[in-house]
Amino acid sequence: MRVTTTVNGTEREVDGVWPGESLLYVLRERLGLPGSKNACEQGECGSCTVYLDGEPVCSCLVAAGQAIGREVTTVEGLAGDGGLHPVQEAFVEAGAVQCGFCTPGLVVAAHDLLERVDQPSDPEIREALAGNLCRCTGYEKILDAVRLAAQRQAAR
Amino acid sequence: MDFLQPRTWQDALALRAERPDALPIAGGTDVMVEINFDRRRPGALLDLGRVPELREWTPDDGRVRLGAGVSYARVISELGERLPGLAMAARTVGSPQIRIRGTVGGNLGAASPAGDSHPPLLAAEATIEVVSAARGRREIPAAEFYTGVKRNALAADELIAAVLIPVASGPQQFCKIGTRNAMVIAVTAFALALHPDRRSVGTGIGSAAPTPRRAPEAEEFLAGELADAGLWETRGPLPETLARAFGDRVAAAADPIDDVRGTAAYRRHALSVMARRAATWAWNDYRTDSRKAA
Ligand SMILES: Cc1cc2nc3c(=O)[nH]c(=O)nc-3n(C[C@H](O)[C@H](O)[C@H](O)COP(=O)(O)OP(=O)(O)OC[C@H]3O[C@@H](n4cnc5c(N)ncnc54)[C@H](O)[C@@H]3O)c2cc1C
Ligand code: FES
Ligand code: FES
Repeated sequence: MRVTTTVNGTEREVDGVWPGESLLYVLRERLGLPGSKNACEQGECGSCTVYLDGEPVCSCLVAAGQAIGREVTTVEGLAGDGGLHPVQEAFVEAGAVQCGFCTPGLVVAAHDLLERVDQPSDPEIREALAGNLCRCTGYEKILDAVRLAAQRQAAR
Repeated sequence: MDFLQPRTWQDALALRAERPDALPIAGGTDVMVEINFDRRRPGALLDLGRVPELREWTPDDGRVRLGAGVSYARVISELGERLPGLAMAARTVGSPQIRIRGTVGGNLGAASPAGDSHPPLLAAEATIEVVSAARGRREIPAAEFYTGVKRNALAADELIAAVLIPVASGPQQFCKIGTRNAMVIAVTAFALALHPDRRSVGTGIGSAAPTPRRAPEAEEFLAGELADAGLWETRGPLPETLARAFGDRVAAAADPIDDVRGTAAYRRHALSVMARRAATWAWNDYRTDSRKAA
């Protein structure tokens, strides 16, 4: 089947998609966007988090056909011409990246939080990131990164 | 496999009838896991995501008619006042990503004994509205909807249209036991609704029997004791002994098993504690609730 969808602002068309295929598979294997990671394929880890029509979802649980005519933004779509997005910069600076497997999903989830909430409290940050697992960092540096990005966002 | 994507409710019903091999998919948070892990290979996916009616909720004569495709995230943000028990349960589902996609209709379709919507729907005495192209619509009380482990009363050609849930006339509570806050399948869960308008009590037990179920004897006991003591009118404190006796009766209504998440004995004990606490919290809310006169 054919799937036409807008990914990171550009309309993309893919043929030969198997109807049971996930949006994650389409992004990674058919569109060459390996930023979103596949770690569990069951919604548990959040490493595949992308925006679907502006909402953060696990792309492993979206059937490819459900994305037809929708807008998808992946971690690759967050950085602008001027370089990394401030949330991404904060992750680098705070040391929130170790193996990096969880990072793309966490960056999207943190980005979404800061779009909605200016100065999130710690419980709000924890709640917003509750669907993203990290096996390396112990989360402290990830929380630091989100606080740092929030501070900078407020200062601008 | 085919991908069927009806844009109207009529087309969805026609496709459901024509294609018994099709598996409906709403948020996909149950269905896609099964497909990703090769546990299921339906002849087709019937995507309900483009049917506008399913994503709406409307007030309906003292009830909320909740379209089957309304997400948990929207139940939380839009219906916390009208359906407090269901909204409390929705807050405990999965993670933000799961709550954005997952729907109450999907929870009913999956009919897992651990589904978090079921206890509050039972306690509120909700009704499931199902429709087939051939026979039209029928309403199934939640207590009759769950027919076995992951089985429901839906016929092969039917779809769930909506859930009809009475607007809360009193305080409601939801309790869930798990190993952490996020992303937890209930070890066991309990929902309570006080219905001061008709002086009755509603309950729902999750993850402690082959299906979600009510605890009718416990409901009648608590409502009766409250009435005998005149407490509905005086709004006096709930006696500790009464709360405990209620908890024991709720636990007795369960039929739990030992499994990886917990033992039957633990589940029964946890239920008695949750029921006691839920009754106490809800009653304390009722006592201070100035919105509704007794
Ligand atoms: C990581 C993770 C965490 C989870 N945590 C929880 C949790 O805490 N609590 C909980 O209760 N559940 C949980 N779930 C399970 C799931 O999210 C819920 O059951 C959810 O309500 C399913 O809704 P959905 O719209 O995604 O359903 P789908 O996966 O789209 O469908 C589920 C079933 O319902 C059927 N169906 C859907 N809509 C209709 C309709 N209108 N008519 C007829 N049949 C229909 C489908 O055919 C399928 O059999 C979790 C799942 C994941 C992946
Ligand atoms: S790969 Fe999608 S949540 Fe883990
Ligand atoms: S940095 Fe390795 S999983 Fe998070």
